[in-house]
Amino acid sequence: MKVQLTINGYKKEIEVKPDEYLLDTLRNSNYLSVKRGCDSSSCGVCTVLLDGKPIASCSYLSVKAEGHEITTAEGIQKEAAQISAYFGDEGADQCGFCNPALALTIYAMKRELSDPTDEEIRDYLVGNLCRCSGYVGQQRAIRAYLEDTL
Amino acid sequence: MKNVNRGLPSIDGKGLMMGKPAYTDDLAEPNSLIIKVLRSPHPFAKIKKIDTKIASEVNGVECVLTYKDFSRIPVTRAGQGYPEPSPHDKFVLDNYVRHIGDEVAIVAAVDLITAQKAIKLIEVEYEVLEPILDFEDAYNNKIIIHDEPEIHEMFPIGFEPKKNIAAAYDMHVGNVDETLKNCDVVLETSFYSQAQAHVMMEPHTANARIDCYGRLVIYSSTQTPYHVRRIISQALDYPLSKIRVIKPRVGGGFGGKQCIHGEFFVSAVTLRTGKPSKLVYTRKEVFESSFSRHPMRFDVKLGATKDGILKGIDVNVLSDTGAYGEHALTVFMVAGAKVLPLYNKVDSVRFGGKVVYTNHTPAGAFRGYGAIQGNYALESAIDMMCEKLVIDPITFREKNMIKEGETSPIFKIMGEGTEGIEMSVESCKLEYCVKRGRELINWKEKYPFVKGKSSKVRGVGMAIAMQGSGIPYIDMASAMIKLNDDGFYNLIIGATDIGQGSDTILAQIAAEVLETDLDKMIVYSSDTDLAPFDCGAYASSTTYVSGNAVVKAAKNMRKMLIKEGARSLGVKEEEIIFDGKLFQTEDEKKSITLSDLSNHLFYSEDQQQLVATNSYVGTKSPPPFMAGYVEVEVDTETGVVKVLDYIAVVDCGTTINPLLALGQVEGALAQGIGMTLYEEVLYNQRGGLISNNLMTYRIPTRKEITNMNVEFADSYEESGPYGAKSVGEIGIDTPPAAICNAIYNAVGVRIQSLPVTAENVLMGILKNKEKRNEKQ
Ligand code: FES
Ligand code: FES
Repeated sequence: MKVQLTINGYKKEIEVKPDEYLLDTLRNSNYLSVKRGCDSSSCGVCTVLLDGKPIASCSYLSVKAEGHEITTAEGIQKEAAQISAYFGDEGADQCGFCNPALALTIYAMKRELSDPTDEEIRDYLVGNLCRCSGYVGQQRAIRAYLEDTL
Repeated sequence: MKNVNRGLPSIDGKGLMMGKPAYTDDLAEPNSLIIKVLRSPHPFAKIKKIDTKIASEVNGVECVLTYKDFSRIPVTRAGQGYPEPSPHDKFVLDNYVRHIGDEVAIVAAVDLITAQKAIKLIEVEYEVLEPILDFEDAYNNKIIIHDEPEIHEMFPIGFEPKKNIAAAYDMHVGNVDETLKNCDVVLETSFYSQAQAHVMMEPHTANARIDCYGRLVIYSSTQTPYHVRRIISQALDYPLSKIRVIKPRVGGGFGGKQCIHGEFFVSAVTLRTGKPSKLVYTRKEVFESSFSRHPMRFDVKLGATKDGILKGIDVNVLSDTGAYGEHALTVFMVAGAKVLPLYNKVDSVRFGGKVVYTNHTPAGAFRGYGAIQGNYALESAIDMMCEKLVIDPITFREKNMIKEGETSPIFKIMGEGTEGIEMSVESCKLEYCVKRGRELINWKEKYPFVKGKSSKVRGVGMAIAMQGSGIPYIDMASAMIKLNDDGFYNLIIGATDIGQGSDTILAQIAAEVLETDLDKMIVYSSDTDLAPFDCGAYASSTTYVSGNAVVKAAKNMRKMLIKEGARSLGVKEEEIIFDGKLFQTEDEKKSITLSDLSNHLFYSEDQQQLVATNSYVGTKSPPPFMAGYVEVEVDTETGVVKVLDYIAVVDCGTTINPLLALGQVEGALAQGIGMTLYEEVLYNQRGGLISNNLMTYRIPTRKEITNMNVEFADSYEESGPYGAKSVGEIGIDTPPAAICNAIYNAVGVRIQSLPVTAENVLMGILKNKEKRNEKQ
């Protein structure tokens, strides 16, 4: 069956199976920034924005996304590049596998929360696991990014 | 422009955050066959009958492979140097399965659904065998896990499969029994450390294709592309010269991708069908069917004089390698080799024991590699000894620990799988690390504990640690530097960047020697056809071993440049001054820019390609050192332990890139804290993994890891590139002991089996209360 999605601002009609998840639809359509890290909706590396809100694309049926706006890291290139500069400055860069999803979530958080505290940042991003960085470098980078751009 | 000891962002960080396709699965052929593996539901069984006929006939299935399709060639998946110190005890597919999740058959189909369907249609008749699920029962059990006649060791490692021993080792210096007899105080105790899963965010992934030259090209998320090439060639009996392995960006490894994983299956399918194929492990497969940390039991005896001089250390270890023996011996040896030299003033040391097979998921390499287990046992025991002696644990360590310029007999006796190398520690700022850490945590005010609000008590604890920098005389790295027109370079290296940033720091080193900017040093790495050999990313070797190779290659390039510069200006080489951009004579009368010279070399004058290649093999393995201090808060009503702050003061020589080094230590600390407080590979009574997804196996989130303070000691290792030692592993070693010491200091409960659970802490608190009540 076909679904109509707006992906990164472009209207697309994509052929999907009824039980297909958005993660597979997106990767099959070459949005390769979206990663898979688990089978239990618990790692966050598959995060995309659905109408601006972060969702786990691995457990979101593609047919349910009909008519909605999807944003992947390919759709926020400028912001992702900007955020990455802060990560680079804090030694928070490592394997990068969690980073496109994290950039999207930070992007969404910035729109949703004005001037979040450290604790609010952690709460918002808690579903984005990272096994490399130990989180504290990411936290420093995110804070600096928000301070400079809010 | 100064390039080393400078915090620069990693060269791929921006592109990766922008989501550029760069990882193994991003680069699979779009029309790849999808591979699914049928995995054993039994911890130990013989495949009596396997029928693939119906599965093969499913429309869209390209091939179904079982053990019958492979010749019986035993290999080890370990991905170490050659000859391999791990037993050759694994077949690509076998008619026995030895753990739940072991491979039974492989299906390749046009899509996932077809592959999944076909998997279910394979008919297998198992003869279910009684498994060994407790590693303390394995030795000499009547059940023999590896009874196959073809398996073997490559050199003596104590391999005795009939007794379920994958490897065994014993060493001693002096006579420990004598020493302990003469000590004022002797401590005798035991510790258990658990299996830990790597949980790198990118699952194990591989794909294969046949290129236009008819060669097999494997893309793999691996830490060891050259070992992958060698082992695939062995296992599939396929010529080495026809295999190319490419390692794209890797989404984390931590040792878990040192071993071979899906490469066997994609290679077998693509060779058989001629078609591209791919395999991405599910998270469940990563947990059940890759590797984890060796669980160990330590029986420790320490002897000391009453004025606090440590005299003897006796450690006996039992290690569980699971169903296969990857890294069995070497991890075991590192539990001694990279822990015992910390206390180099003892009269005698004994270290030995066995690594046994069980029917659990195999153990393999994992950051820390035995040192974290050994450190937990020894550094906990040292605190217990201090309590007996009524001596401050820091004072005790300062008296007994290794110091700059000193040596330990252990260095010579114990290496990794073989004898070690005699060396003294030329750079060792451990004394500074201990002192500085004590200040930073405010030990004077906080030791041993401070009563907090209501039921909370805060305690501080510490531990010291060492690791290594590569495996001397075994592991080799090499680098190639090529000059381009306009005067920029390619740095081509075998070294394997798995997210730790080796491409970046190696480019920094090359740029430093050639006095150029980082963006003029274009890195290409980890491609067995195009890059020179490097053993891979393990044993904390990249900065030190690969870094030294890069220094040597870059110095060669510099010489070539000066020779060409001199020729071009018509002067002698000694007369040339080169600052990275300009060649000129001392009197500044003659000069030529590097850009012009390289253009001439390409197109107009004395045309030639300048390429410099060199390699390095370590002659020693200078240990990085660190002191770890932690403040914990224990809730005496619930037993819940929280890490409030972790201080790490690290001596890794010069940091080539202080920011990336910081990331290495912070990330390693978080994994060490995870192992201590949250993570445990758990099995049910049938040998099935309970913790086989990210809900049942919990790694720390950003809510648990909130405060760390990492500093680097001012240190210079003469033999390292620009004074550097390695830093990849050292950060993981101290949390288990430091946290357990802190818990003890807070509430008087000694945790001797990891992980620390709220139940165990609470039980200890209640027991202490009972004891106090009895006394009254
Ligand atoms: S892939 Fe892990 S949460 Fe979606
Ligand atoms: S950087 Fe590797 S998982 Fe976050």
